[in-house]
Amino acid sequence: MSRNPYADEALDADDAVVRFDDVSMRYGRAPETLKDLTFSLPQGSFHFVTGASGAGKTSLLKLIYLAARPSKGLLHLFGQDVEQAPDDIRPFLRRRIGVVYQEFRLLDHLSAFDNVAVPLRIAGHKPDSYRQDIAELMAWVGLRERMHAYPPTLAGGEKQRLAIARAVVGRPDILLADEPTGNVDHEMGLRILRLFLELNRLGTTVLIATHDQDLVARSGKPIIHLEDGRLVHMGPLSPAGRA
Amino acid sequence: MNGVFDPARWRPAPFLPASDSRDSSLVFVVAVLCFLACLTALGVLASDRAAAGWSRQLTGEMTVIVRPKATETPDSAAARAAETLAGVEGVAEARALEREKAEALIAPWLGDAADLADLPVPRLVAVTLEREAPANAEALERALRARGLDAVVDDHSTWLEDIQRGAAIARWIGLGVFLLIAAAAAAVIAFATRAGLAARREVVEVLHLAGAEDVFIARLFQARFARIAALAGAIGASAAAVLGAGLRLAGGGDGLTPVLPVAWTDLLAVLPCPLAAALVAAAAARLTATSLIRELS
Repeated sequence: MSRNPYADEALDADDAVVRFDDVSMRYGRAPETLKDLTFSLPQGSFHFVTGASGAGKTSLLKLIYLAARPSKGLLHLFGQDVEQAPDDIRPFLRRRIGVVYQEFRLLDHLSAFDNVAVPLRIAGHKPDSYRQDIAELMAWVGLRERMHAYPPTLAGGEKQRLAIARAVVGRPDILLADEPTGNVDHEMGLRILRLFLELNRLGTTVLIATHDQDLVARSGKPIIHLEDGRLVHMGPLSPAGRA
Repeated sequence: MNGVFDPARWRPAPFLPASDSRDSSLVFVVAVLCFLACLTALGVLASDRAAAGWSRQLTGEMTVIVRPKATETPDSAAARAAETLAGVEGVAEARALEREKAEALIAPWLGDAADLADLPVPRLVAVTLEREAPANAEALERALRARGLDAVVDDHSTWLEDIQRGAAIARWIGLGVFLLIAAAAAAVIAFATRAGLAARREVVEVLHLAGAEDVFIARLFQARFARIAALAGAIGASAAAVLGAGLRLAGGGDGLTPVLPVAWTDLLAVLPCPLAAALVAAAAARLTATSLIRELS
């Protein structure tokens, strides 16, 4: 079985917040979606996950945000083997991870402001401690005038920005985003990238699944390139702009 | 809400929608089942009371048929028998019935053609027994024989066994029907709760992935569906109580019919219904939420 050439170097890193060790994953009895992945993400790193549709980008993120389990191998989050972790620990691991879902997953019966507040409320914070932060964050993502709006009334790009605000509001240790610029214009895409870079500068580990080669090229950040569920390249984008 | 949103005045909204169009059908179904369960409970209580009344009447009374001898009139024989029986231990009261009452009892078998005045109609003595230590038929017969009276004691035992068996069967059937309806109500509440919760799977997933603990999510749904079921249970129970009260008012002390005598105190039987419905819904919601979360994990 071939191994990622960067794996050994990555596994040696003591500060890895995410570590895959020969991890495979399948849905039910279907063929493996991810095959023998071995890599790690050091704390404070920034990577893009690239690959064609069906390459396994979303499945990779699902493993990290604990929405799926490996069918083989070891997955460590924050130094904890997630399969061995007691069930009552998993919610607390999830709270350290912010996720921007491809399909947004906003709660339609809650206002935009309430949607952003969800992670903080679940973490047990008092409203007075975060209401101003949410207001500023929403203004920053361009939703100052839409704080009271409900998701069904928002445009696709607004929903995307709202989902991003919800993902980052708790200052997560890891930020995962699945096609976060898929529904926004070029300018907003760049603003979102700058937000992710700023969070990364503050110490958040960022992993973004995207098709947007331009976004990857502009960021100058390394990629994890998947093909048919296998990790085929981890490192800088090639000069030609392709993995 | 207008376009101006003031974060300083913001208050967190409930994680679950305050109301949902799907809730009304759940309330209706649960209310109907609770109504039927409460109505059956009232029916069981009434039939139980009726059966107890029949048994009490049969065991507390005897009838003595007095055949006058040639040396005395029927009236004096009946009076002597009543006097004799009244002195027997265990007899509360013995009363000779008038000739008209005895004739009325046999008239249906003889029709209008017969002239009852010409017939030697036996006289009847109605005996009421003491409730605590009633006299038996043998004691009455012994006392009558000692006074030289020709009489037959009917202790209703021929009827009593059948009546008691019938009453017991009616009681068990009523209880069985009540338990079946209550179980069906519980099953439908559980099923409807599961369906309602499955429809909110998205909320469960979002909260779960945002780091909510399983018990936190389960409690949200548990409280929500318990409230809905309690409301529906209260509606169903109230409707049954109103109907029960109507029967009681329409029929007086015997209820609408002596076969099902409803008492005011019976209406209290519907009181636990909202609580029982809430408990069933809460348990169903908790189990469903837990299994849903387990699927997500």
